[in-house]
Amino acid sequence: MKSELEQRTPAFGLISDVANTFSNDYARKLFAQTCFNHFFEFEVKKAYDRGLMKLPIYLSVGQEHIPAAIASVFADCLIFAQHRAHSVYLSFGGDPRQLIDELLSRPTGCARGMGGSASIHSPEIGMFGHSGLMGDQVPIAVGAALGAGKPVLTVMGDASAEEDYIYGALGFAVTKKLPVLFVCEDNDLSILTRTPVRRSWTLCGLAQGLGLPAVDITDDPWLIAHHVKQFSLQLPAVINIRTCRGLWHAGSGCDGPPEWDRFALIKDTMKMLGLERDALAIESDTERAVQNLWVEQLRKS
Amino acid sequence: MGRTVAEVIRDTTRHHLTHNHGLFLGQCVTAVGWIGGTVPAMSEAEGIVELSLADVTNAGIAVGAALAGRRPIYTVRYQGFMWYNAAPIVNYAAKSKDVWGVPCPVFLRAIAMEGNGIGPVASASQHGLIMRMPGMPVCAPMSPNEWTEAWNWFMRHDDPLYVSEHRRSFTIDYEFENRIEPEADITLFPISAARLNAVEAAKALRQEGIICNIQHLMWLKPFTVTDEMRGSLSRTKLGLVIDSDFEIGGPSRSMAYDLMHQSGAPVFALGLEDRSAGVAESLDNPTPTPERIVRVIRQLVRSGRNVPAGATIE
Ligand SMILES: Cc1ncc(C[n+]2csc(CCOP(=O)(O)OP(=O)(O)O)c2C)c(N)n1
Ligand SMILES: [Mg+2]
Repeated sequence: MKSELEQRTPAFGLISDVANTFSNDYARKLFAQTCFNHFFEFEVKKAYDRGLMKLPIYLSVGQEHIPAAIASVFADCLIFAQHRAHSVYLSFGGDPRQLIDELLSRPTGCARGMGGSASIHSPEIGMFGHSGLMGDQVPIAVGAALGAGKPVLTVMGDASAEEDYIYGALGFAVTKKLPVLFVCEDNDLSILTRTPVRRSWTLCGLAQGLGLPAVDITDDPWLIAHHVKQFSLQLPAVINIRTCRGLWHAGSGCDGPPEWDRFALIKDTMKMLGLERDALAIESDTERAVQNLWVEQLRKS
Repeated sequence: MGRTVAEVIRDTTRHHLTHNHGLFLGQCVTAVGWIGGTVPAMSEAEGIVELSLADVTNAGIAVGAALAGRRPIYTVRYQGFMWYNAAPIVNYAAKSKDVWGVPCPVFLRAIAMEGNGIGPVASASQHGLIMRMPGMPVCAPMSPNEWTEAWNWFMRHDDPLYVSEHRRSFTIDYEFENRIEPEADITLFPISAARLNAVEAAKALRQEGIICNIQHLMWLKPFTVTDEMRGSLSRTKLGLVIDSDFEIGGPSRSMAYDLMHQSGAPVFALGLEDRSAGVAESLDNPTPTPERIVRVIRQLVRSGRNVPAGATIE
């Protein structure tokens, strides 16, 4: 019998037919944002591979649909993510041009070249930058919720969840009933070390022990949206999302196929919803649009 | 009689919470004397937030509240706890404006305490810990007006501010004056509680015929060497920075370096010894006592200034 941590499948915690509880229009928008994030990351990879970026990059390939799903149902919040946050920034409406410029170390970048890939931010969308210290965004997010009195989203990784201050932050949020949605993008990796090597406990077990509502689920975007919607009415809450990092921790290399390919599975769901043709059109249109955006932005000096 | 430092802190805090939509964050605030009488007896609804004992988390919460525009007063009850609290402060609050152009104004009251067997755990000032990182000015007010100056600076700027307080200041209701005399033998630059001890030491030394000029230091970073400091050093040709933080790798040596370079006079440093404090009084490692300061100054003045600058004295 596999330990709870090792139960990683594309169907973990899945609610059958959950996609059918959303409209087709919702599915198109969700898919369009997922495609935007997906193709954006591959353009980053291309530019990086051409040697245009002189900084470490943290790609969200394989996880790019998670923020798309969250943003589709959780808006008007402050956002505290960590280093792998291109898709968070894009999904919540961050200006892609400013992100490209940041990755190219231009003064017109969203952090004027100070942040690079890991520390992007956007005051326009209420997204605060990450310091590079894993997990420090979580207590900061809780403090922002205390100060601002409005919903706050914070995104961490499965490794960052182990930082001792996460426990304190969850505890304070539940004690003071602060409106924080804690999301863990659980790719089962701390750089290259798998979770069961590092710990025996689950984040949800910890959260539930503290009295927070929590779910542990696979990374199906409709499933994510379903839980985020429910939890947004009973914050603070924790969602641990088991997902697969498609490329290296930093840089653009690949160690082989992921445990599952969620982008392909999302297209299967679109087909199941009778949206196969829409999906094909959205995918090719978005790919072209993202490519054009990059060509244009790269042309600028 | 004017107000004491504690009263000034309490009244300012009350005003901040009542009029500025400010927040006060700390541990065990509403019991055990309301932090030396520096906290107004107000409720959580009015802005006094009781934190849990999770120090690293708490500093992060203060940072978040500052990002949300609440200008929190974050109080660390014993300055030794800064070793836990420093991470979110120096890595986020102090960097936020430089990296993202987003202000993160936290007013960090870090309170030093010594004596009474507080021993190795939490004693001493730790302002050097913050001073060595960019992005956060550091001051150590000891009088009512100095504390108000720190507060006014904070409210006029959008930077975080590290306020190295000392429990011994809480009852002080007077102001300090620099002392400059034409025939002085040495210029003292005391910091925090060392200022009280330096004043006492200077009195004792006068009886032996050793005259000390005193330049009280309240702003530690940025540290400006004033004309008055330079003028005093040019006459005494000998200086000593005295601190309630550790000497090795600490503010006293760093500031002595600045003073020396800008005046050409040898300036020495005296701070806490490089050893753990013990609980027994005889094993404590406190702010240099008046007796220790007297011994060191005697040695410096009588040795004809032959001690090599930068050497550990005593
Ligand atoms: C406080 C701290 N400890 C360690 C590191 C080094 N480090 C950078 S990324 C990383 C792994 C983070 O893993 P996770 O939180 O799961 O996010 P992922 O990279 O998988 O998205 C580590 C250990 C760091 N940056 N900060
Ligand atoms: Mg991970």
